[in-house]
Amino acid sequence: MPKPSHSTFDEPVADHAPRRLVVDAQNISLTFDTADGRVEALSDVNLQVAEGEFVSFIGPSGCGKTTMLRVIADLQQPSSGTLTVNGMSAEAARLARNYGYVFQAPALFPWRTIEKNLKLPLEIMGYSEIEQQQRVEHYLSMVNLTGFDRKFPWQLSGGMQQRVSIARALSFDPALLLMDEPFGALDEIVRDHLNEQLLQLWKSTGKTVLFVTHSIPEAVFLSTRIVVMSPRPGRIIDVIDCHFPADRSLEVRETPEFLKVAQRVRNGLRAGHSYDE
Amino acid sequence: MVLALVAIWYVAAVAMNWSLVRDGFEREETPYTISDVLAGTMEAERPLLPAPHQIATAFLDSVFGYPPLAPRSLIYHSLVTLSATLLGFVLGALFGIVLALLILHSRVLERSLLPWIICSQMVPVLALAPIFIVVLGALGLHGLLPKSIISAYLCFFPITIGMVKGFASPDPLQLELMRTWSATPRQVLWKLRWPASVPYLFASLKVAVSISLIGAIVAELPTGAEAGIGARLLSGSYYGQTVQLWSALVAAAVLSSGLIALIGLIERAVGRRMGVH
Repeated sequence: MPKPSHSTFDEPVADHAPRRLVVDAQNISLTFDTADGRVEALSDVNLQVAEGEFVSFIGPSGCGKTTMLRVIADLQQPSSGTLTVNGMSAEAARLARNYGYVFQAPALFPWRTIEKNLKLPLEIMGYSEIEQQQRVEHYLSMVNLTGFDRKFPWQLSGGMQQRVSIARALSFDPALLLMDEPFGALDEIVRDHLNEQLLQLWKSTGKTVLFVTHSIPEAVFLSTRIVVMSPRPGRIIDVIDCHFPADRSLEVRETPEFLKVAQRVRNGLRAGHSYDE
Repeated sequence: MVLALVAIWYVAAVAMNWSLVRDGFEREETPYTISDVLAGTMEAERPLLPAPHQIATAFLDSVFGYPPLAPRSLIYHSLVTLSATLLGFVLGALFGIVLALLILHSRVLERSLLPWIICSQMVPVLALAPIFIVVLGALGLHGLLPKSIISAYLCFFPITIGMVKGFASPDPLQLELMRTWSATPRQVLWKLRWPASVPYLFASLKVAVSISLIGAIVAELPTGAEAGIGARLLSGSYYGQTVQLWSALVAAAVLSSGLIALIGLIERAVGRRMGVH
């Protein structure tokens, strides 16, 4: 059944060409000098991400997917290439607090309650007390953690802590959400559940999401576009568009279309690896 | 355990005081039996090693036997030393923390300051204390302050070492989060480094407080102070008043364990507020 056309996320990305670019990376390269010699973490990476997209980076460890995210976040500087984030340099975007970053570990501040953890970026950015309180309530309910505001992080499970860290990244309403294997340390069941919640969140907020993972089903389930990367040197070897209905549930993973996309991702990963062994 | 120690002490007291008491009897040419000597070792007026009950009686007597502010009251002397200790402790803690901040702030300072700090602790304070007192006396400083300065001089060291470690203790992810929120260095200090170093602070405060008590006592020795635990120790050893010497030692021990216990209590209260479990 074709859905009504005003459901934005069902449309192919090609139709959105005129939409504003949130990330525009051209010929990004990054080399480290380590004790074992020179490592090419990123080699000539080109990537354009439009507003509202959900882009996953997938690849084996060492392929530079996390490095790419860190470069966009201005946590690392590329050796060469040009990069704009929200139409400005990555550093300017960071200083303007244009993105929220979610790490693999929740990295909550253990001496702060959940409420205080959510307030931390807001305090730093100088929001008023009332505004802080409203946002805490809003974003806690968004990640289904209402009523946990007075708890300390250690009183929450790993999945709950990661939801707090997602709420924290959203709390100052950045246009861009950068997520570095946010569910990598969680078990399969919790991960499935959080995938569904994240999809809901993305639909309701319309944020642009860049998402690093090494799970194929996760990437295919969540993304509008999948960037397949391979290591040594870290580069993009395939970009796969993927458009499942916006109201998809986890069952979509059993459909032939889903398996076909997953197959293509797997082939890409295998091709990237072939000359390695 | 404690009983065994007390038993050993009694045996040692008998052994060490034996010849002293026997000589006493022989000098006076009075006949004596072994049990007379044995009794004598337990209540000699100036024993080499006073028996525990002698120390206990003398201690209780000098604590409760006089009005608190009488010059023979141990409470009075303890208060004199305590005030120098507390002032020195506060000064030393502040100085230690400021020094740690400076070291955190610049690697160059660390390399140039640390050798001096370590040197300062290698000079025996017993040699340094008279110099301090004389110099400060020439500057017109008498009484409490010179003692406190010597005490601060001794106790800042563990605090500096502890706090340098504490300020550097935050997780790299937490530091990167602060960076993604473009927090100012001051915000990083107050919202991350300072709370993260609280466990280190209390550990080093406990070490520092007993050192600062020792500093205050040592400072009383070369000055010929009329009051304070150090003064009691000094006059005790001048006049061979071993019982007085020992009860002053007990007072110092009680004082320092009381101070450590107090810091422990504050640590627990702070810990509860910071979600320590």
